[in-house]
Amino acid sequence: MKQKYLPLTATILIFVLSYALCAAQYPNILSTRVIGNLLTDNAFLGIAAVGMTFVILSGGIDLSVGSVIAFTGVFLAVVLEHTSMHPIMAFALVLGITTLFGALMGMIIHYLEMPAFIVTLAGMFLARGMAFVLSIDSIPIKHPFYATLKGFYYKLPGGGRITLIGGLMLLVFAAGILIAHRTRFGTNVYALGGGTATAKLMGVPVASTTVKIYALSGLLAGLSGIVFSLYTSAGYSLAAVGVELDAITAVVIGGTLLTGGSGFVAGTLVGIFIQGLIQTYITFDGSLSSWWTKILIGALLFAFILLQKGIIHLSRDARQRA
Amino acid sequence: MQTSSDNILSAVRIDKGFPGTKALDKVDFHLQRGEVHALLGENGAGKSTLIKCLTGAYRRDGGNILLDGVEVDPRDTFDAQRLGIGTVYQEVNLLPNLSVAENLFLGRQPRRFGMVDIRAMNRKARELLSEYELKLDVTRALASYSVAIQQVVAIARAVDLSGKVLILDEPTASLDAHEVAMLFRIVRRLKARGLGIIFITHFLEQVYEISDRITVLRNGRLVGTRNTAELDRRDLIAMMIGRELAAEIHAAEAHAAEGGEPRYRFRNYGRRGRIDPFDLDVRAGEVVGIAGLLGSGRTETAEVLFGAHRADSGTAEIDGRRVDLSSPRAAIREKFGFCPEDRKTDGIVGDLSVRENIVLALQARRGWTRPISRAEQNRLADLYIRALDIRTADREKPIKLLSGGNQQKAILARWLATEPEFLILDEPTRGIDVGAHAEIVRLIESLREKGMSLIVISSELEELVAYSTRIIVLRDRAHVAELGGERITAHQIVEAIAAANERRAS
Repeated sequence: MKQKYLPLTATILIFVLSYALCAAQYPNILSTRVIGNLLTDNAFLGIAAVGMTFVILSGGIDLSVGSVIAFTGVFLAVVLEHTSMHPIMAFALVLGITTLFGALMGMIIHYLEMPAFIVTLAGMFLARGMAFVLSIDSIPIKHPFYATLKGFYYKLPGGGRITLIGGLMLLVFAAGILIAHRTRFGTNVYALGGGTATAKLMGVPVASTTVKIYALSGLLAGLSGIVFSLYTSAGYSLAAVGVELDAITAVVIGGTLLTGGSGFVAGTLVGIFIQGLIQTYITFDGSLSSWWTKILIGALLFAFILLQKGIIHLSRDARQRA
Repeated sequence: MQTSSDNILSAVRIDKGFPGTKALDKVDFHLQRGEVHALLGENGAGKSTLIKCLTGAYRRDGGNILLDGVEVDPRDTFDAQRLGIGTVYQEVNLLPNLSVAENLFLGRQPRRFGMVDIRAMNRKARELLSEYELKLDVTRALASYSVAIQQVVAIARAVDLSGKVLILDEPTASLDAHEVAMLFRIVRRLKARGLGIIFITHFLEQVYEISDRITVLRNGRLVGTRNTAELDRRDLIAMMIGRELAAEIHAAEAHAAEGGEPRYRFRNYGRRGRIDPFDLDVRAGEVVGIAGLLGSGRTETAEVLFGAHRADSGTAEIDGRRVDLSSPRAAIREKFGFCPEDRKTDGIVGDLSVRENIVLALQARRGWTRPISRAEQNRLADLYIRALDIRTADREKPIKLLSGGNQQKAILARWLATEPEFLILDEPTRGIDVGAHAEIVRLIESLREKGMSLIVISSELEELVAYSTRIIVLRDRAHVAELGGERITAHQIVEAIAAANERRAS
């Protein structure tokens, strides 16, 4: 087997094993109802994580995601409460804003040669601050269109439902996989992760690729914010704190190298599922503190970092032998 | 100014200046279709500046570049590539994490319905590489292949993209003999296809093996262009350095070691799995050369002597006193010094200044609680910059900006600053140009005259012959022969290595 599939295989193996363990203890966990909920509950995180995967593959990081989600939620709530704008229009508007916001961060990162960490950290405070400026209260969204959207679902055999937002997440993942592996832009993202200077020498349009990557992450963070507002039917400026860290975790557990250049969008989906599964298990158990989620995810994350280190080591050995 | 119709690339009166220096002074360079043209010169002669002007990495100050008789002005390397000038560097400039096929077709992947057609891309990649006698799994990451293969992939990409001129900048520096042969086969094939190939290297044998013509630069000026067949090696070296180095190298001075007791006495010294136990005596004022093929245990011998790998058998004595050399620290305490082979990874600290690199070992020996004063550091740095003729604008320049030969001299300075009595040099002249070469050789001789004991490892037999008082021949991680006095000739060394090999064969 090729080495690049090793982390992904490990992720899938861990997921299947832990699912089997959970199912052995609580057979109900296999029901389509649980699976449907797994998708719905993690939809916003999954969508944001797709954007994060591209950013990390290119060797960058985007810390603004959580704040952008909160901003989007508050923006929608305020607009829908105070104006007569149709939600669809509001969606388009907010997606435009967040995409532009991401593109702007990408430009600063590229043209001013600033580390992505600092630029997106500033973006994080900025977006969160803008949310506070709009409103400091949790504003419920009562627009009838929201109820309509929530009414859409696909009924699975066994009573489970694939809701609109759960399905949307799967669609976003499918699109992400296509973009990453079947477009020139996707290859350019990997190329940046392999080395910006070399990529430039080989003719990769570094500037436009960088801007597009962060714009994509902004777009998906905005979409994630819409999904989050549908999920909670509210906008609150203190919501979604630290979601960017959950997204990064999903990406890394999904087998993507934090230094960039290697990984799969599909792996991130499995990473999301693993996190969701741990949460579901703890809910099923009932007696465990929810902090166990964090502890288990921390342990997993650590294990994956070690695994990646080991693989890098192995591949270096292999090259020396070749 | 005349351009014959056979010239695929002509650079006419190229000027390029940097603040304070004139890097290129009205240099002419003509490359013909279907020839391998070696571009030679010392470090700092202007080779890489000329190449960078041709590929658009630098903007030239004056002069014209004609490609196929048409004036061109590449803005950057990518632009040059589009025009038809492709470059392959010593350090492969491809992306290790992408597959071989993606590296070959990055930015121009075949598409179907807007999506990259991976199958077509892999098929085309296989076709392309088959022209280079290469059968690879093109879907595997580039990093999983050896440097030689990566280099061929880089050439395939450059030729496929450019197709007129191929510049090979030190392509053979990190390849073994077998890989060089493979590379040369490919170069000959491309030559037959009518490409103009510019070949830059430090290895003169390779110049004579592959090139049709030679252009020599010195101090930013064109010295001349000659047909390789009509230029003998001595004349070539004279063109490159403007003085008769060849004579110097062969002026093997008195090999006669002043007799007397050996100062350093190693008995049954060795480490299992790295180097078989050996006996070694070194007198004061003696250079012991170590010869052998790659992998014969030369570097391993040096590392065991210096304690980089602890010896697990035998004893070491200095002036009859038993000493402990179990770690580099212990060895440094006994006034040992060691310049390792790979100065990029083991030697220099690239971002530190020349001064900081020079005082590093001395400071380490004194311990960090007793810092060397800045004035003393400056004095030492200036002393060795002058003594070894390290060419640097000033002592505070980051060492990574110096040329290879000057970096090597700075590392030598680092150990000389500790005033060692026993100095081990592993390949001190690798990858540096002929002029710096001669200076290092002279330096070794002057250190010997001062009474230092030296161990020098080198692949260049003639160089070893020039300065060694004795030569140890290694084979299969064991010391197999010792040559002294009259028997120190390149021929004898080759015989000793060959004899050892025959013995193994029988």
